[in-house]
Amino acid sequence: MIRVSGLYKTFGKDIHALRGVDLSVDSGEVVVVVGPSGCGKSTLLRSINMLERPTHGIVEIDGTVLTDKKVNLDRVRADVGMVFQQFNLFPHRTVLDNVMLAQRKVRGRSKAEAGEVARQQLEHVGIPEKADAYPRQLSGGQQQRVAIARALAMNPKVMLFDEPTSALDPEMISEVLEVMLKLSREGMTMIVVTHEMGFARAAADRVVFMDEGQIVESGTPGEMFDNPQHQRTRDFFDKILSH
Amino acid sequence: MLAAIVGVFGYYSLFVERYNDAFEFMKEGLRLTIEMALWGFLIALAIGLVAGLGRISRNVVARNVARTYIEFIRGVPTLPMIFFVNYVIVPSVVDFLNLDLQSITPQWRAIFALALIYGGYLAEVFRGGIQSVTKGQMEAGRSLGLSYRATMRSIILPQALRAIIPPLGNDFIAILKDTSLLSLIAVREITQNAKIYSNASFDFRESYMVLTFMYLVLVLGLSFLLSRFEARMTRYEAGERS
Ligand SMILES: Nc1ncnc2c1ncn2[C@@H]1O[C@H](COP(=O)(O)OP(=O)(O)OP(=O)(O)O)[C@@H](O)[C@H]1O
Ligand SMILES: [Mg+2]
Repeated sequence: MIRVSGLYKTFGKDIHALRGVDLSVDSGEVVVVVGPSGCGKSTLLRSINMLERPTHGIVEIDGTVLTDKKVNLDRVRADVGMVFQQFNLFPHRTVLDNVMLAQRKVRGRSKAEAGEVARQQLEHVGIPEKADAYPRQLSGGQQQRVAIARALAMNPKVMLFDEPTSALDPEMISEVLEVMLKLSREGMTMIVVTHEMGFARAAADRVVFMDEGQIVESGTPGEMFDNPQHQRTRDFFDKILSH
Repeated sequence: MLAAIVGVFGYYSLFVERYNDAFEFMKEGLRLTIEMALWGFLIALAIGLVAGLGRISRNVVARNVARTYIEFIRGVPTLPMIFFVNYVIVPSVVDFLNLDLQSITPQWRAIFALALIYGGYLAEVFRGGIQSVTKGQMEAGRSLGLSYRATMRSIILPQALRAIIPPLGNDFIAILKDTSLLSLIAVREITQNAKIYSNASFDFRESYMVLTFMYLVLVLGLSFLLSRFEARMTRYEAGERS
């Protein structure tokens, strides 16, 4: 469903964030991307919904080639949910408005319909009672769940998560991971950048290890954690699993 | 203390002979002063918004046009700029469009002058406000499928506006004060009226005391209204927390 091939991204003259990435993700598949800081994980995710324009290469979602200049990116992005490390909720709008806004403006849904979908999604992520609160009144974990609901309300074909729990206090991490786990069970196609190996084990169909702008290797969580093929992968997992 | 001064000035302006004569003559200009400040400010807001957006646009041409305009305005003091708009820009544009110069009243030329000048300053205020909204907000909007414009309109600008209401208020007061400069292009606002009246009556002291009183009341009144407005905005924000 998602096909990334020969993806290069260079910032300025000599920051090579991506250096030839190939990745395919099937419908319903959950892929966890791991790798050391600065290896290009965020850049890869951001290239998939074209928040970052790749220097080279192809990104294709559901038959639409996004790297084609003629594609209406707004329409494509509406089908690709993204969850950020910093939540990025709209602080001047209530939780309900946050979840309704794009439904109304992009999907053209009526107020009643958008409101109903929003409430369903808030229910889905476990905070229906916060509909009328403002983002700053919520804990980090709650904010991130609202961000997930906001993305889900657009009925995306795929969800991208960029370190969704890295900005959270430890006690709030699990509430967000549980929502993500639930999504994965419901068959959502997901690409997740995270350091939460427990989540990877429980939810991932495939774990992809990146280093220096390239995919070093990928496999099932079992293969990757217990029997990685490359020294770099082994070193990386040794480091993060023993911290 | 200030209230006492205003009180004394007010007493003279309203109840003391000759002062009150000056007041009665000059107050005809009040409407023009207020109107010009208001229109000038409103048009400056529109120009400032467009120029501010242009300044951060991804379009090179828009960016450069906006920057040139802003730097041009900032490079010339207010009074010469008023002359420049009045005697150079407006007549040139009128010629170019083949209109009759008389069809544009001095009052409107003055308003354009103020609007062009303050548009340049407000552009920077808008730009600062927009840039104070974190990059993540734009990305969140775009990632949901909103266009650049829609994201600006529904997400970035409402947040930027809250950050820039205090400086905008200050510029409104400044524009009100600067309407006095328009007396130099013969617009019959209150300063011009004070000049006319004092030259005819030789009541200089009376005329300029009344004039000062009028500005004090206008500026203090406006400051008061603006602070009330600001307080309402902040109360609204504080209320959200509770
Ligand atoms: N907008 C940008 N301008 C310049 N360089 C950038 C930009 N975004 C990313 N980079 C650089 O590209 C490289 C890859 O960055 P990226 O954010 O994709 O890494 P990451 O794997 O997500 O790292 P982290 O785990 O720290 O989030 C880094 O060297 C980074 O400094
Ligand atoms: Mg990152």
